[in-house]
Amino acid sequence: MILSMLMAPEGSATPSPDKLPATPQPPWETMHAWAPLPEASTFAAGTENLYLFIIALSALFFGLIMGAMLWFMAKHKRRGPDDKTSSITHSGKIEFLWSAIPSVLLLVIFVWGEVDFIKQSVAPADPIEIRVTGRQWSWTVEYPDYPGVSFTSSTETPEITMMVPKGRPVRLMMTSTDVLHSFYVPAFRVKRDVLPGRYTTMWFEATQVGEFNMFCTEYCGDQHSKMTGVVKVLDPDLFEAALREAGKLERNVEDGVRESDKDYGARIYKRRGCDACHSTDGTPKVGPTWQGLWGRTSEFVGGGSLKVEGTAGENYIIDSIREPQKNVVVGFGGAAMPSFMGQLSDDQIKALSAYIKTLK
Amino acid sequence: MSTHDAKAMRPPGAIDPPMPLAHHFDTAGQQAGSAKFGMWVFLATEVLMFSGLFLAYFIVRMLYPEMVLSSHELLDKTMGGINTVVLLTSSYTMAMGVRAAQLGDKKGLVRNLVLTIAFACVFLVVKYFEYTGKFSHGIFPGKYFNYAEAGAYAMEHGGHVLQGKPHIFFGLYFVMTGLHGVHVVVGIGVLVWVLMRAKKGQFGPRYYAPVENVGLYWHIVDLVWIFLFPLLYLVR
Amino acid sequence: MANETEKSTREPSFYEAQTGWKSWAFTLDHKRLGIMYLLSTMIFFFVAGMSAILLRTELLTPQGDFLPWLNQGLASLFGNPITEEAAKAQSGTTFNKLFTVHGAVMVFLVIIPSVPGALGNFLLPLMLGAKDVAFPRLNLASYWIYTIGACFFLYTLFAGGLDTGWTFYTPYSTSTGTAVISATLGAFILGFSSILTGLNFMVTVHKMRAPGMTWYRMPLFVWAIYATAVIQVLATPVLAITLLLLIVERWLGIGIFDPAMGGDPVLFQHFFWFYSHPAVYIMILPGFGIESELIAVHSRKHIFGYKAIALSSVAIAMISFIVWGHHMFVSGQSELAGIVFSFLTFVVAVPTAIKVFSWVATLYKGSIEFNTPMLYGLMFLFTFTIGGLTGVFLGAMSLDVHLHDTYFVVAHFHYVMMGGTIIAFIGGIHHWWSKMTGRMYHEGSAKIGALLVFIGFNTTFFNQFVMGGQGMPRRYYTYVPQFQQQHLLSTIGAYILAVGLMWTAAYLLWSLRKANKKIQPDNPWGGMSLEWQTQSPPIEHNFHGTPRVDSDPYNFPQIDRTGEVDGSH
Repeated sequence: MILSMLMAPEGSATPSPDKLPATPQPPWETMHAWAPLPEASTFAAGTENLYLFIIALSALFFGLIMGAMLWFMAKHKRRGPDDKTSSITHSGKIEFLWSAIPSVLLLVIFVWGEVDFIKQSVAPADPIEIRVTGRQWSWTVEYPDYPGVSFTSSTETPEITMMVPKGRPVRLMMTSTDVLHSFYVPAFRVKRDVLPGRYTTMWFEATQVGEFNMFCTEYCGDQHSKMTGVVKVLDPDLFEAALREAGKLERNVEDGVRESDKDYGARIYKRRGCDACHSTDGTPKVGPTWQGLWGRTSEFVGGGSLKVEGTAGENYIIDSIREPQKNVVVGFGGAAMPSFMGQLSDDQIKALSAYIKTLK
Repeated sequence: MSTHDAKAMRPPGAIDPPMPLAHHFDTAGQQAGSAKFGMWVFLATEVLMFSGLFLAYFIVRMLYPEMVLSSHELLDKTMGGINTVVLLTSSYTMAMGVRAAQLGDKKGLVRNLVLTIAFACVFLVVKYFEYTGKFSHGIFPGKYFNYAEAGAYAMEHGGHVLQGKPHIFFGLYFVMTGLHGVHVVVGIGVLVWVLMRAKKGQFGPRYYAPVENVGLYWHIVDLVWIFLFPLLYLVR
Repeated sequence: MANETEKSTREPSFYEAQTGWKSWAFTLDHKRLGIMYLLSTMIFFFVAGMSAILLRTELLTPQGDFLPWLNQGLASLFGNPITEEAAKAQSGTTFNKLFTVHGAVMVFLVIIPSVPGALGNFLLPLMLGAKDVAFPRLNLASYWIYTIGACFFLYTLFAGGLDTGWTFYTPYSTSTGTAVISATLGAFILGFSSILTGLNFMVTVHKMRAPGMTWYRMPLFVWAIYATAVIQVLATPVLAITLLLLIVERWLGIGIFDPAMGGDPVLFQHFFWFYSHPAVYIMILPGFGIESELIAVHSRKHIFGYKAIALSSVAIAMISFIVWGHHMFVSGQSELAGIVFSFLTFVVAVPTAIKVFSWVATLYKGSIEFNTPMLYGLMFLFTFTIGGLTGVFLGAMSLDVHLHDTYFVVAHFHYVMMGGTIIAFIGGIHHWWSKMTGRMYHEGSAKIGALLVFIGFNTTFFNQFVMGGQGMPRRYYTYVPQFQQQHLLSTIGAYILAVGLMWTAAYLLWSLRKANKKIQPDNPWGGMSLEWQTQSPPIEHNFHGTPRVDSDPYNFPQIDRTGEVDGSH
């Protein structure tokens, strides 16, 4: 096991132009259960080496301590009721040595950990800026230099939540809209808490192309373990194009045929995080289910009700997206729905509406 | 201090009841020493507890300096000042009470205990008026704080504008003075208990530890207020 | 002092001295209070353990499926059936409540009170040669305050449970709909029990030692309890204020921790960990004290490095107050603060390490008896060393960035708290069983129990280090399928551990049966501290007359003093 821990899988190298592309390494998920993580960022090697160094030292000391213990257990087992024992009670020299040597080793570990940590705290010049927003229970990732590009994670399926180029530093500015979260990419060995009312920042530089798990690692409620996503690392030449393509949430056009409202709406439902709180199959979630919404009568907190149909129904849907506190359905007053004013265009809201109408 | 030298200072009619020795102690000295040490340890815990609150106050002050300054203008310095004098005086009468116990002066002890309790009650009464005064102007802790009412009161009261988020300051104000008030109430309770025992003539030069220990508690309660008052009411 | 084994000279034990439920409910006898604490803490150990079994069962598969099935079953049982979808939707919350209950009950109702409350109460006056603690009525109050705090926790379980994690981080804890206030009130009240016990023990050690017992002649268990008491007294008030502020924040919306109201969530973490880090030393120091007794008595050799072990406990108590920020390296606190905390964290590792070395050195040229208490003592060396070494990983900042909030942390603290404190506690229970109950358990059964516990514990937790290193986060009820094999291993280990613990409880209780009339010797192991020089179980006033001591309690008659010029210690 230790041996396999020493041999971390290599990332797939960028193929040189006149060679065939190297066989890509299988993603970590398909390897055996004890396989160590890929070292996919510039920090990873340092962290991994420190990890191995401490493992080696710990194994050494544990071996010595357990070895001594087992040796004494064997050699000094009680042979009779009057077995004599030694009168040793202390030894200044030995006690000094076993205090001083660990102290020195611990100091080495401290300095190593601190130096690497400082490197992680100061981003190099000219990183790609990324804005991360965490909310219960999805991540939204935006790129200030690429307006309109936005990724959202899903609680149901692993979605690409962030794209970064290999070999260029990126800096994340992160905040939360509700409670504490934490952004963690194990393969990069980076993690930082995401706070409401404040920005926290971290940076990294990916060194391997591939897709890597991202987890929320600060307990944040019901679906904490589903607040996960995937960070995709691309070749730098392919990065911009892929980013724009993937970030688009525009209506698809295939062979001159525009994507229908309901299909477009279905994509928006997942990509804009509606699925974190509204199901489409009747499953009770934080918000009312969309199944059968069109045509049913909704009762509101504070009195009033509405049969969701016709123009009034359309307006209700638009209001719920832009000013969700206007009419809150009875039984769902606990968690406040955030407003999507300015985040969804009129066209997108129209598509969502059409999608909702298909959900019986 | 040795109470034996003070025999000459005992008033006429002084009493000298024996120390009731608990079953698990070997000597009277062990019992008295344990009681005193125990009380000091307990006081350390009280100081630590209030320190947490003072720390919270300092942090809020650091984060919102103007808000704290503008909010604390609404606190009634006069009432706070009266309470400070009241508590200090009660500490004096308490100390006099301990002295009386050491001398076996039962009448003096009872008198001083009654005075201390009276002053403590005055403190609570003034506090009552202070709190209800705040409530009548919409100043409640936390989310019950009425910005409109309080803001209006601030304008007429000194012509200044309430800045920032005063509900945080007043939240802390009520928690800190409230917790202190709870300690005053508990203090009255133990003072009454000691008073009842004093009336029965249980304390004298050989046994006055309960009086002394309650006195120590009371001094800490006073001390906390000595810090609270300037920090909350006076500081600019 | 001669052992009193003659039946004709035996006085009634403290059990027989008084009868009736009131003589227990209003007892001033530290020994009875110790027994009561033992029962209470073990009941809660069972409750928290069962929560763990449930949540580990859920973790057998990467999705949520066990808990929905359980929820559905329970719902129909209570005549309020729910649909499968509804059950699935609740399962995340149920899981969260389970790990919260497991953590909160273990920390506040089991590990912190158990060793001081059960063994500390029972043994401290006996070891010091005293008739009772300094303030017996306060001791009684401590127990009932504990019980009241426990009632608040029980109420929480029935009032919708708690899902904040035992750490109560804001703003989740100020906004979630579960019964936070009753739980924090419970913890607040339990804190008072802890403070008063600590106060009592401190004064007892200072004022009630037997004639001739200088500080350096006290058993090391007493040093450990004393250091623990200092932490209890100084740290717990800060927890009290933290919980009070949390309650007020939730109830009145003060705005000190919740950013939506103008507060700072990281401030809560500072307040919380300022207590909770010293708290973990409250949990382990008594375990260290037990370990010293087990190793020395069962190898009949003077403990190696007595002064180092004694003073290192006090050093650990002091330093433990200034390392709390190592729980917060990635919280957004300043880098400089992180560096200082990391450095101090490594400093506190040294006094702990020298204890482990000293215990092993004590075995050298000793006369080791492999009875159950010693087996637990040796097991402690194995499991606690792993726990302590893995703390080093977490103290290194860059590595902690990767390992924080993963299963690595979970494995680390279970190795030190369970592999440390609980293992030592079980060892201590066996070591002092005949002293406390006058009965002896069946040694063969006990060895089987020890084996099951050892295998179960390591199977459950060792591979969690690996999982954590691979990035498996904590407090997850669903996970990427890659981790399933390791979770399976962990769960199997948990079942074995549960069986081992219940087996242990069973044979211990079996030894108390009426038919077991065999009179046990007062000093089965040949211990030299004062508790072994009196009857088993002790008489109500502990000793006939006041004992005198003239040396520390580790000068066993088997120590070979030939060739020694100066034999005094």
